[in-house]
Amino acid sequence: MRIGIVVFPGTWSDEDCHMAFSEVLGVETTYVWHKDTDLSDIDCVVLPGGFSYGDYLRTGAIARFSPVMESVLRFGKSGKPVIGICNGFQILCESGLLPGVLMRNDCLEFRCEWTNLRVETNNTIFSNKAENDQILKIPVSHGEGRFFIDNYELEELEMNKQILFRYSSSTGDIRSSDNPNGSLNNIAGITNKEGNVLGMMPHPERACKKILGSDDGLIILESIINSLKV
Amino acid sequence: MPITIEQLDEIALTEEEYEQIVTLLGREPNNLELGLFGALWSEHCGYKHSKPLLGILPTKSPNILIPLGEENAGAIDIGDGQAIVMKIESHNHPSAIEPFQGAATGIGGIVRDILAMGAKPIALLNSLRFGSSDNERQSYLQNGIVNGISWYGNCIGIPNIGGEIVHSESYDENPLVNAMCVGLVETNAIMRASASGSGDLLILVGADTGRDGIHGASGLASQSFEADQELRTTVQVGNPFLEKVLINACLEVIAKHKDSISGVQDLGAAGLTSAVMECANKGNFGVVLNLDKVPRRENNMTPYEVMLSESQERMLFLVKNGMESPIIDIFKKWDLTSQIIGEITNTGIAEIYENGTLQANVKISNLVDAPQYKLKGIKPNRQYIIQGVAMHVTPLPNIKPSAILEKLLASPNIRSKKSVYRQYDHQVQNRTILTPGQADASILSLPKGKKGIALSVDGNGRMTEADPFVGGAISVAEACRNLSCVGAEPIAITDCLNFGNPKKLDIYYQLEECIKGIAHACEILETPVVSGNVSLFNESRGSAIHPTPIIGALGMISNIENRVSMGWKNPDDIIVLLGSTLQSSQPDSLAGSEVQNLLTNKIAGKPSINLILEKSVQELVRNFSQRQLINSAHDCSKGGMAITLAESSLLSNLGVHIHNDIPERWDACLFGETQSRIVISCSPEKLSEITSAAENVNVPYDVIGKVLGTNDFVIEGYIEQSIENMKSFWDTS
Repeated sequence: MRIGIVVFPGTWSDEDCHMAFSEVLGVETTYVWHKDTDLSDIDCVVLPGGFSYGDYLRTGAIARFSPVMESVLRFGKSGKPVIGICNGFQILCESGLLPGVLMRNDCLEFRCEWTNLRVETNNTIFSNKAENDQILKIPVSHGEGRFFIDNYELEELEMNKQILFRYSSSTGDIRSSDNPNGSLNNIAGITNKEGNVLGMMPHPERACKKILGSDDGLIILESIINSLKV
Repeated sequence: MPITIEQLDEIALTEEEYEQIVTLLGREPNNLELGLFGALWSEHCGYKHSKPLLGILPTKSPNILIPLGEENAGAIDIGDGQAIVMKIESHNHPSAIEPFQGAATGIGGIVRDILAMGAKPIALLNSLRFGSSDNERQSYLQNGIVNGISWYGNCIGIPNIGGEIVHSESYDENPLVNAMCVGLVETNAIMRASASGSGDLLILVGADTGRDGIHGASGLASQSFEADQELRTTVQVGNPFLEKVLINACLEVIAKHKDSISGVQDLGAAGLTSAVMECANKGNFGVVLNLDKVPRRENNMTPYEVMLSESQERMLFLVKNGMESPIIDIFKKWDLTSQIIGEITNTGIAEIYENGTLQANVKISNLVDAPQYKLKGIKPNRQYIIQGVAMHVTPLPNIKPSAILEKLLASPNIRSKKSVYRQYDHQVQNRTILTPGQADASILSLPKGKKGIALSVDGNGRMTEADPFVGGAISVAEACRNLSCVGAEPIAITDCLNFGNPKKLDIYYQLEECIKGIAHACEILETPVVSGNVSLFNESRGSAIHPTPIIGALGMISNIENRVSMGWKNPDDIIVLLGSTLQSSQPDSLAGSEVQNLLTNKIAGKPSINLILEKSVQELVRNFSQRQLINSAHDCSKGGMAITLAESSLLSNLGVHIHNDIPERWDACLFGETQSRIVISCSPEKLSEITSAAENVNVPYDVIGKVLGTNDFVIEGYIEQSIENMKSFWDTS
């Protein structure tokens, strides 16, 4: 099993993701340069956080044209697991692997803080190690994480159980005061219809050791590993 | 002489200095040559007024690998073959003119200083000073500066882990932006900014060179502001994405080809001029520069503009001849422009060519050895007046202690800074163990073993205005005390000295006394100064800022599991004041304090510090954390003991009961700022060990109360508050 972490110019969560998968969980992990196109020896693609190409145009809008992204599209469409974190989520939305857009936070400021995520379903390859309604303590760090989508598609997301994480209170209540960016219905992470592509704004790789404040992020990463083992 | 005063003013040189240049050259300089002198003889690059004074700072200890002044930043051995590189630098003047870009490029600049040492930047801290006036310009400056730091710092993937913000009308026209960067490097991979021999190639990499920032060092950072001067063109514009790529590319080049590299240098103040001349001067080398090779952003740039541009995100590599192509290939991989722009010679002379025509021909040592001025300072009159106030006869406040507490909690200098630090990514790189707001200092874990480093930045302009020597010493003591509170041993500091015009003798006096105070504290606390920066001419319309020394301190903690934060942990824990007793509080401790600021809007009295006691208190609290005797530690700082207690309650939602042993001068006891005090809490069974350890080293202490399981915040006879009520004043985020 091998995890491939894509590195775009301006990516900065690549090393943190590497730490979580390789050092903490002991899984073989490799970096994939944005100009490479060969994903044949990769079992799970990670699009990490950062400011790819500076995000000067629109977050993720340039990165989706990187040579590697054509391969990631094929990889995702073939049913293999792809997880986009923060900027990676933005790139997945831009590339069309996930629906919706990520807009400027409603506070109009960058936010780096701990959030509680309620697991909406454990019936995915990204959450099979969690309980339904379990609360995961995982931090956010972004300026443009406000998920938005039209009503029709939102209904579809809800109906297909594509909403995996919502910002919540520590006891699982979904309140606007726990929403760090104004995301529609407190959405923090969604999957595609097939359930093999996840985009989430919070950083599970940062919650990989108790001493860093939480190791709840490992539940998500271990779920992926678990599903790859089967 | 053919030169006009106006021309000299533009580059901040005096007529005498011009005459000196003519003598050195044996002829009149041409325009480009004069520009080179103007830049390198500026106060900002040449340290004309401060260098003789900085010589007294202690710079040595067994673990200092690269001492003050030798390279872009100092390096401290932390064992296991690794070193920490750190430096603090000001970007005050650009931030006053264009706050967003000024602050942003301040971050970019200090990061490249650390990168030039071959180190991976692992932390940013910053110390900010804003005005106190509530007007549009203040909010423009504050928002611009914080947004600029957030924008640039978040994009480059370096955690911004700490800082401080102080408001005072002294900074109304002249905000301070001091940025600190910390890097981690293998000791055998530390880079130097020097050539190894004739023939070394100069490779310029990164941004194209534009017209931005010309005269940043000479015109902007080395003069006071005049009204209505258009200076925006002297402010640089940042591109954090390019900086991020530059960091990746440079670290990859150094990791793979360090033996091919003679030196690495950042382009900061005075751009190419300063970078090239400083490198070549070490080893008395010369240099041939071909300016037509410098990639440019704009057409028709003159050699003068190319040499003095302060375009950001550029680095200079000195590479052994013939070894350059794999290095250039790595830059290409990262889509960075790099170009060989010249070569090191053994002539000692800078020969600058454009399209084959010699444009400047100057001996490099003449350029780099700026004249130095030692003045005789005069103690400012206002200092006599401030210190002449007899604090013991000042009346008690006619406001109730509870109301003072509320006002202090709501004051801009004390209230929660969450609204600021949540805009900074403080977690990227997965090292941040104690984060802003949790403790007096932040802690980062290190790759090897259980050890970590602690970092803190602190300064006190009001105390330094009252007494520059004591203020300098207090700034060092407090920065180090913050480290000791989390359980780390202070091992080195970096300093940024923000002062007014040093040609004024009272300002010069403040600078000299403050440096003496810093040096004295560093000697006693055994924290050598490894790097620093001096920002002078912080004046507008003839009035100087409070002299403001900012100290960035580095500490080592051998086991990060033993870290101590400042919130209370358990109900019924005992609260102990270390360093003094309640009864011994004296009104002198109100001198320069926050409560004095609040109630009188003045500075009065003479602050003081006993550095021997300071050292003992810090050693004691570190000893307690190593032995895991204490559950919290928080030093008494702005707002005094009452604020220290309140902050520990606000963070933990646990109340306190402090018994009534308060002396008649309750204002001094509750809100005075006696130095060298730390409030700790411990479980009742550890108390006797703690008190006997304090007695053994003659540190005064007072068992003052206990932690409550409720929301009640009670200082018997004086303050009865609820945590919710205090929070409504303190945290308005």
